[in-house]
Amino acid sequence: MEPQIKEEEQEEERPNPQKLLWMFTLATIMKLLLIPSYHSTDFEVHRHWLALTSSLPLHQWYSDSTSQWTLDYPPFFAYFERLLALFAPFIDPQIAHLHNGLNYAAPTALLFQRLTVIASDLCLLYACFRLRTRPGVGLDSWRADLIWVLLVFSPGLLIVDHVHFQYNGFLIGWLLVSVSAVEEGRDLVGGFVFAVLLCFKHLFAVAAPVYFVYLLRHYCWRRSGGGVVEGFGRLLKMGFVVGVVFGVAFGPFLYYGQVLAIINELFEPFWGLCHAYWAPNFWVFYIILDKVLAVLLTKLGFTIPASSASFTGGLVGESSSFAVLPKITPLVTFLLVLCAMSPCLIKIWREPRPRLITRWVAYAYTCGFLFGWHVHEKASLHFVIPLAIVATESLADARHYFLLSIVSCYSLFPLLFEAKEYPIKVLLLLLYSLLMWSGFTQQLRKLQTSTSSAKKGDKGRSRKGTGGTKVEGGGTLIGWVGMSYLLGLLVVEIWGQFLQPYLLGDRWIIKCP
Amino acid sequence: MEKRRRSTSSSSSSSSSKKHDGEGDVHSHHILHRPTSPLLCVIVFAALIRYLVSLHPYSGAADPPMYGDYEAQRHWMEITLNLPAKDWYRNTTSNDLTYWGLDYPPLTAYQSYVHAQFLKFFDPESVALVTSRGHESPLGKFLMRLTVLSSDLVIFFPAALWFVLAYYGGRSRVRREELLWHLSLVLLNPGLILIDHGHFQYNCISLGLTVAAVAAIFVEKDLVGSFLFCLALNHKQMSAYYAPAFFSHLLGKCFKHQNPILKVTKLGLVVLGTFLLIWWPYVYPLKGAMEVLRRLAPFERGIYEDYVANFWCATSILIKWKRLYSMQLLKLLSFSMTLLSILPSIIQQIRSPSRQGFLFAMLNSSLSFYLFSFQVHEKSILLPLLPASLLALDEPLMFQWFMNYALFSMFPLLRRDQLLIPYVALYMLFALLYYCPFRKQDSSGNGSVNGWKASAMTLFLLCSLLLHLIYLTFKPPEKYPFLFEAMIMLLCFSQFVFLAIYSNMKQWKLPSRFGWIDKKKVL
Repeated sequence: MEPQIKEEEQEEERPNPQKLLWMFTLATIMKLLLIPSYHSTDFEVHRHWLALTSSLPLHQWYSDSTSQWTLDYPPFFAYFERLLALFAPFIDPQIAHLHNGLNYAAPTALLFQRLTVIASDLCLLYACFRLRTRPGVGLDSWRADLIWVLLVFSPGLLIVDHVHFQYNGFLIGWLLVSVSAVEEGRDLVGGFVFAVLLCFKHLFAVAAPVYFVYLLRHYCWRRSGGGVVEGFGRLLKMGFVVGVVFGVAFGPFLYYGQVLAIINELFEPFWGLCHAYWAPNFWVFYIILDKVLAVLLTKLGFTIPASSASFTGGLVGESSSFAVLPKITPLVTFLLVLCAMSPCLIKIWREPRPRLITRWVAYAYTCGFLFGWHVHEKASLHFVIPLAIVATESLADARHYFLLSIVSCYSLFPLLFEAKEYPIKVLLLLLYSLLMWSGFTQQLRKLQTSTSSAKKGDKGRSRKGTGGTKVEGGGTLIGWVGMSYLLGLLVVEIWGQFLQPYLLGDRWIIKCP
Repeated sequence: MEKRRRSTSSSSSSSSSKKHDGEGDVHSHHILHRPTSPLLCVIVFAALIRYLVSLHPYSGAADPPMYGDYEAQRHWMEITLNLPAKDWYRNTTSNDLTYWGLDYPPLTAYQSYVHAQFLKFFDPESVALVTSRGHESPLGKFLMRLTVLSSDLVIFFPAALWFVLAYYGGRSRVRREELLWHLSLVLLNPGLILIDHGHFQYNCISLGLTVAAVAAIFVEKDLVGSFLFCLALNHKQMSAYYAPAFFSHLLGKCFKHQNPILKVTKLGLVVLGTFLLIWWPYVYPLKGAMEVLRRLAPFERGIYEDYVANFWCATSILIKWKRLYSMQLLKLLSFSMTLLSILPSIIQQIRSPSRQGFLFAMLNSSLSFYLFSFQVHEKSILLPLLPASLLALDEPLMFQWFMNYALFSMFPLLRRDQLLIPYVALYMLFALLYYCPFRKQDSSGNGSVNGWKASAMTLFLLCSLLLHLIYLTFKPPEKYPFLFEAMIMLLCFSQFVFLAIYSNMKQWKLPSRFGWIDKKKVL
C-alpha cells in the first residue's frame, strides 16, 4: 500500500463537482425507480393544485373549493404549481383538469408528478454545488464529498419526497442556498433567498427570528464601523429587498383583495396541537403525562371529567381537551418556542458569526419542532438536512448527526405503512447509516493523521489517536448510550412489526392495498 | 461510488499512519484492519436497487389467458406444492402441461416447492391447486418478489463475493477499491436485475451457482466446483452453455495433474452422484427420467423465437430456415455449428488451462451457444453476459461494449413488460458505475481505445440510441410490423459476432504458460 501515500497527498484537491453530479445522478436513479411506489394523499393535493392554478384565474386560487384540498401554501408555491402545470398537457391533459382530474392517479399522472419532484430537486443539487466554496471548510475535497453524500442520499428526503410525495428537496434546497449565502457573508442574498423560501412555504418561518436578529446585527448594525445612518440605510435596503419579494408574491392577490383569504388558508389547517401522526416532540410527553395523571387521580378517588380524547385517532381535527393538565393554546406554544430559541438569539445578538448560521437555523427549527403547534413529523427534515453541512466539522458534530439522522429517519417510518414499502425504508436507512459510518470513521482517521502530523502538543495528540482507534472498534462515533438507544429502536421495530402481530394475533397480516 | 473512494483513503491513511508508527502501536492494527463498511454499502445498495426494480410490473401482468413468466413460476409453485414429485412433469388431470408445464430440471422444481411453502404460509390462495391460475394480487406480487430477492441474496451475492476474493486472492496488489468496483459491477449487472426482479425469473440461482463453481475451481476445490456446477445445470438446463468451458478447463487441469485418471474419475463420480441425488425421484423407473428429459428439450418450439439476435434469426431474413429445412436437419446443423464454433476455445483450455482463459472460455462457449444453438431466447444473453462481467476488470471495454448491446437486445422484451423506467434507470446506473469518478484509473489504458475503433464504436452506439428512440416513438409500417425489432436484432447480432471473434482471439492470445497471467496482471 506504500504507493498510495503520494496519491493521498494529491487527493487534497479542491472539491470536484463531477463527483457531486455523479452522486446526484445515482440518487436520481433511485428516485426514478421509486416512481410506482406508494403515494399519500399529498399526491392528490399537489395534483389538484396543478389543476387549480392552471384552470382558474389568480383571484380564485385561494377561494376555490372544488376539492377539499384547498391551496394552503403561499403564493410562490402556487406560481410554481402553475409553472409545472404548463408541462402537464404534454403527458396527459387530464392531470391538470379541474373537474375530470379529481383523484386522477393514472400511470401518466404518477409519472408526470414524480418527474416534477425529481426535476425540482435540481434546486438541492444547486445548493450542494454552492457548498464547494464554503469558506474555511469547503475547500477539502473529501469533506465536500462527505457533505454531498449526506445531503444527496438522505433517506428522509427520499422517503418523504419520492415515496410519500412532497417537494421538500426543492424547498430545503432554497434554505441551504440562503444559509450558504449568509455563511459566505452575502447577507443581502441570504435574506432575499430566505424571503423567497417563506413565500414558498410559510412553515419555514420558524427560523425567521434567527434570520432577523442575525441580519440586524451582522448586516445592518455592524459592530466594527458604520454609523447609525449607514446601519439604517442597510436596514432599509434589506427591508426593500424582502418587501419586493413579498410584494411580488402577495401583490397580485392584494390587488384582487384576496390577502385575507390567503391568510385564512395558510393557517386554517393548523387545528389541533398534534398532527394526525404525532411528531416525536414535547407534546407527546405532555399528553402521556395527562393520561397517567388522569388514571392516577381517578384511582385516588377524584372525579375526572371523562375526556373522549383520543389523540391516537389519527384524525386531523380540533384538539381534544386535556383531562388534568391545562389546555395548550397556540400562543403558549409560540411563547415556548421563542423561549427555547432565546439563548441562541442572545448569542447571535452578542456575536453574529457567519460560520455558525447553519447551526443556529437548525437549532431554531429544532425548537419549532419540539414545542410548536401542530407539528408534522416531516418537519424534522428542516433541521436534520442543514445539520449535514456542519456534521463534518468535528467529532462531536459527526456523532450528533449520526444519531440524529437515524432517529429522524426512523420517526418517518410510520409514513410508509404498507408492506410493499417496508424493505425500501429499512434498506434506505441501512444504506445511509453505513454510508455515514464509513464516511465519518474515514474522516476521523483523516483528522487524526493530520493532527498527529501537525504535532500540536503530545497530550492532545495521543488522546485523539486513541479516540480514532476506538472508532474502528465502534466506540467513539457512537457511545454506549447512543448505541443502546439505537438498539432500542431496533427492538421496538422488531416488536412492533413482527413479534406483536405474531404473539397477539393468530397470523401475520401483511398490509397491501 | 463514494465507498470506493473511502476505501482508498482508508488504505492510504493507514499507510500514512504507518509513517508515524513511532507514536505508539495504536495505529498498527489499522494496517491489518480493513473497514468492511464500503463493502456492506455496495451490498445493501445492490439489494435496494433490486427491490426498487421489483416494484415495477412483471412479465404478463394482467394479461390473460397465459400471462407470462411470473405466472409460470407461480404455477410451478402451485404444482409442486400440491402434487407428488412423480407427477410434476407428467400430464394429469390436475397438471395440464400445456398451461406452463414444468420444463426446467428438478432443482427448479424443488426450489418452487420451498418457495410455495413460504407463499402458502402468508397467502394460501395464491398457490391453491387449479383455482389459483392467473392469481394476481399485490400481496402475491410482494411475496413472489421476496422469493427472488432472497434467492439472490442467499446465492448470488455470496457467490459473487467469493468469486472476487478467489479471483484476486493470488494478486495481492490489486487495489481494494478496484476489487469493490468489480464486485459492484457483478452485483449491479443491469441485465440480470431487469430479468430477475423486473421480468421475473430465478436466473440468480443458476448463475449464482455457476459463479460459485468458478470461485471454487479458482481456489483449487475442483470437486466442489463441479458439484456446484451440476447444481446450476439442474436448476436451468441453459447452464449447459458453460459446460464445454467447465469440461475443457477441468480436463486440462487433470492432465497437468500427476495422476490424471484418478482425478478424472473423482470428478466423474461427483458429477454422477450429484445428478443421481437430484434426479432421485425420477431414476426408477427410467421412464420417469425420460419424461422429464423430454420436457427439458422443447424442440417443437422451432429453431428460434421472437427476434433473438442470433445467427438463425438474423440470417432468416435471407434464408427461411424454418420453411426450407426439416427440424432434424436444423437440429443437426445447429448442433454442429455450435460445436464447431466452441472447438477453438475448448482446445485452448485443454492445452493450457488458466483462470482468465477459463473465464474467456465460458464467455466464448456461451456466446457460441447463444449465436448458433437451437431454440434460443433473448434472455439467454444473460449467460454470456455473466463471464463478461467476471472479466470486467481485465476487459472493461469489452464488458461495457457487450452490456450496451445485451441490454439493447432485450429492450423490446422489457418494453413489452412495461419495464421502460427500470431499463433507463439501470442503463444509467451501469454507465455511472463504469465511469466512476471515485475510481483512480490506471493510465496504462486498459479501458481506452482510439482511432477508427473508437469512432466505429461511437457510431454503433449512436445507431443504438437512435433505434431506441425510433422504437419508442414511431409506429412501424403496416407491411412490416416487426421492422424495428428486426433492425435492433441485426445491430445486436453484428456486435455479438464482433465480440465473439474478439474474445476468441483474446483467449488464444493468452500466454500459454500456467500462472504467467497472474504475474502480468500485477502491472
